Amino acid sequence: MEIMNMTAVQLSAAIREGRVTVRDAVAATIDAIKSREESIHAFLLVDEEKAFKKAEEVQKRIDAGELTGPLCGVPIAIKDNICTKGMKTTCASKILYNFVPTYTAEAVQRLEDAGAIVIGKTNMDEFAMGSTTETSAYGVTRNPWNTDHVPGGSSGGSCAAVAAGEVLCALGSDTGGSIRQPSSFCGVTGMKPTYGTVSRYGLIAYGSSLDQIGPVAKDVTDCAAILQTIASYDKKDATSMKREDYDFMSALKADVSDLKIGIPNSYFGDGLDPQVKASILSAAEVLKSLGAEVEFFDLDLVEYAIPAYYVIASAEASSNLERFDGVKYGYRASEYEGLHDMYKKSRSEGFGPEVKRRIMLGSFVLSSGYYDAYYLKALRTKALIKEEFNKAFEKYDMILSPAAPSTAPRLGESLSDPIQMYLGDIYTVSVNLAGLPGITVPCGIDDKGLPIGMQLIGDCFAEKKLLRAAYTYEQARGAFPMPKKEEA
Amino acid sequence: MAKQYETVIGLEVHVELATKTKIFCSCSTEFGGAPNTHTCPVCTGMPGSLPVLNKQVVEYALSVGLAANCKINQYCKFDRKNYFYPDNPQNYQISQLYLPICHDGYVEIDTPSGKKKIGIHEIHMEEDAGKLIHDEWEDCSLVDYNRSGVPLIEIVSEPDMRSADEVIAYLEKLRMMIQYLGASDCKLQEGSMRADVNLSVRELGTEKFGTRTEMKNLNSFKAIARAIEGERARQIELLEEGKSVIQETRRWDDNKEYSYAMRSKEDAKDYRYFPDPDLPPVLISDEWIERIKNAMPEFQPERQARYVEQYGLPVYDAGIITGSKKLADLFEVTSSICGKPKKVANWLMGETLRLLKENGQEPEDLKFSPEHLAALIDLADSGAVNNQVAKEVFEKVFSEDVDPLKYVEEHGLKTVNDTGLLEETARRVIEQNPGPVEQYRSGKEKVLGFLVGQVMKEMKGKANPAMAGDLLKKLLK
Repeated sequence: MEIMNMTAVQLSAAIREGRVTVRDAVAATIDAIKSREESIHAFLLVDEEKAFKKAEEVQKRIDAGELTGPLCGVPIAIKDNICTKGMKTTCASKILYNFVPTYTAEAVQRLEDAGAIVIGKTNMDEFAMGSTTETSAYGVTRNPWNTDHVPGGSSGGSCAAVAAGEVLCALGSDTGGSIRQPSSFCGVTGMKPTYGTVSRYGLIAYGSSLDQIGPVAKDVTDCAAILQTIASYDKKDATSMKREDYDFMSALKADVSDLKIGIPNSYFGDGLDPQVKASILSAAEVLKSLGAEVEFFDLDLVEYAIPAYYVIASAEASSNLERFDGVKYGYRASEYEGLHDMYKKSRSEGFGPEVKRRIMLGSFVLSSGYYDAYYLKALRTKALIKEEFNKAFEKYDMILSPAAPSTAPRLGESLSDPIQMYLGDIYTVSVNLAGLPGITVPCGIDDKGLPIGMQLIGDCFAEKKLLRAAYTYEQARGAFPMPKKEEA
Repeated sequence: MAKQYETVIGLEVHVELATKTKIFCSCSTEFGGAPNTHTCPVCTGMPGSLPVLNKQVVEYALSVGLAANCKINQYCKFDRKNYFYPDNPQNYQISQLYLPICHDGYVEIDTPSGKKKIGIHEIHMEEDAGKLIHDEWEDCSLVDYNRSGVPLIEIVSEPDMRSADEVIAYLEKLRMMIQYLGASDCKLQEGSMRADVNLSVRELGTEKFGTRTEMKNLNSFKAIARAIEGERARQIELLEEGKSVIQETRRWDDNKEYSYAMRSKEDAKDYRYFPDPDLPPVLISDEWIERIKNAMPEFQPERQARYVEQYGLPVYDAGIITGSKKLADLFEVTSSICGKPKKVANWLMGETLRLLKENGQEPEDLKFSPEHLAALIDLADSGAVNNQVAKEVFEKVFSEDVDPLKYVEEHGLKTVNDTGLLEETARRVIEQNPGPVEQYRSGKEKVLGFLVGQVMKEMKGKANPAMAGDLLKKLLK
């Protein structure tokens, strides 16, 4: 089998068995990137030299029997808001155009320790703020299924790179759906773990209480392998949690006969594209036919998730992004008079419009006189939403829903109406507000030829159940097609 | 009749805690060090770095709060205080606003009219900022983040003080308490204890507070006292002229003995405080509080009483020595080594305090070991060195912590008890000073002192003055 047609776990096995060298894996990845990047632009940086150097080291360690894990030798792409030592990390923002971290994020470090090879950094919405990857300061990423469409966002670069066959797997980050929505738009599998499962150390924060790093891959098995590698209790992250069950691959069994799956009535209202709806419902039928109990139920407060999310995420972002001021690193305006003018000009010139909008929104909801009315109210709403989910998980093992109300929109359609764009996050943001795990698995293709993903949402720490259900569905579904390549 | 005014003062006291590492990372808190050498991604606000709370900070804050009779918020949180300034690498300071660790306590001070309780509004934990260095020559500013992230507690008093004396008494009480707890060395000059003074005046008898100002840059008790007097006079003068006091922050210039407005508080800054999402709430168990309560040290008043009882020191002396924990510890250890507590007390209260004052230092700066002081006391006591030599040697002990036995030996400072040499010298002195000798013989016995001095001088201070006196008397009979 051609290297780029394998899954990550298959490639690593081939490498460990000596059928493929790590160098071959890196070379194939670099070739794939070179042939597709012109039309996709999923990457902001590809470090060929470093990857080949790493390949040699990893090969030696595999040959010496030191590396035996399911990802050793596998090239992986990293979203550009995750710090990589000595490798530029920009958050797709002009303000960090020259920022080279002096340390590696814990999640990436764990991948490298396991023998994975960082091949490059992927495009994203600036500071992960956006749903289309169009707010990047370095140009849009195109959807490999149809390059007139967006890949979704904010992890659009990671999802498009995997869908386009440029790389077998990637890391994304998910604050309000930023892994699950673009995975749906690109026809790949992506997972947002329970808050606290993957260390945030080295993830450049957007909304600290919502952010999680997670895997983007071709299938559920690869997602489980990546999650198993990056998940850990990390003393450097005070919000990191100690878990018992890091052996996520052990959950990959085709059996849903003991699972009870709930589908919220309120998720199937007017805003949902009929083709997406049909596709999700037929996926539900598949799960039912495999033995799962599937039923509709009422999940309340759904309409409050988006306002609560945008208040909390923007509030945290407005503070998290204060450190980008032109003093210590990153972009500094060339002409200014005095300190405050330097702050003002550097930030005005360094941030794009969507980031500015959220900084302003966040500053507003935290300012005195509005704090109680907006920020505190949003926190209370968040707590109520969490309670609603708790109630649901008393009855159901997981919730089945769409990942987005439609398939990928055309380029240029979304940014002109940000409120409409924010409303597109309806199925994903409450998962972050409640700290839950969620996974998107491709389940159909619409008549425009764009993929549709279904989302499974689990209770906190129920990743294994989610992976098992997703894996079971995937086995029944069969291989999901890759987009046709438009050869350059 | 001229109006009578009352001064109303509240204090915000920042105390740097004695932890070895910073509040949110494992960098050293050591004072000094080349700029930006005690730093890491966390305390320089690098993107993607995260704060992790140092438990020892909570431990110290709790101990101070409990010693100051505070209530404890057993569920407390950190908040971000957002403001842009280059000494603050994240452009927000991690502090506590909504749920500070301690609140509603008091400390008791002595005033001429008896004991008085000064209320503690709250104590909260926070991180220190870096230091800006303005390079006039290069016309630029540099930042040193070594101090960034050093743990502080801020102790906010109620506006319960009415005079500079009460303020000093309160600060001394706080300082002693915190030093005895080991939570900080509380050196004002090095900035490990800093006080901002909130002061207003009102006509005696009125209930309503006047408009207050906040004064910063006060780095000694004396400066604080002067600043209070100066600010009180300035505010009264304004009121007498029919003007009003403006609520503002003022910077005290202790050389000019005047304060200058820093920035107006009228356009009150909006710090957009909100709970820091990177730090989970701090949960303080009953057991934790009990453990700290049980581990409370012996504080100054008890120690003073014990010194009177156990060592027979006068109350006043015991008060001076226990006024600094460092001094008190030194006293106790030295006394246990040499078994002469009264002599130890004399050395500490006399020579030690004199040299500290001369050097502009505080007892916390003392470097010498109790063993060396004890050895010196034994030397002086045995007559091996005379008092003058002992004082000279002590200066060396004080500044360099030399071993007095070795030092005396190496410099040949031992008192010469060689009666032959002494007699020879005494005879020579008698010969060379016929005038005074005549006076002595005619009954002016005071002149003996002069003659003893001459013998000491001849023998370069190494004679035993008592022996020299006896010998001279004998020879002059």
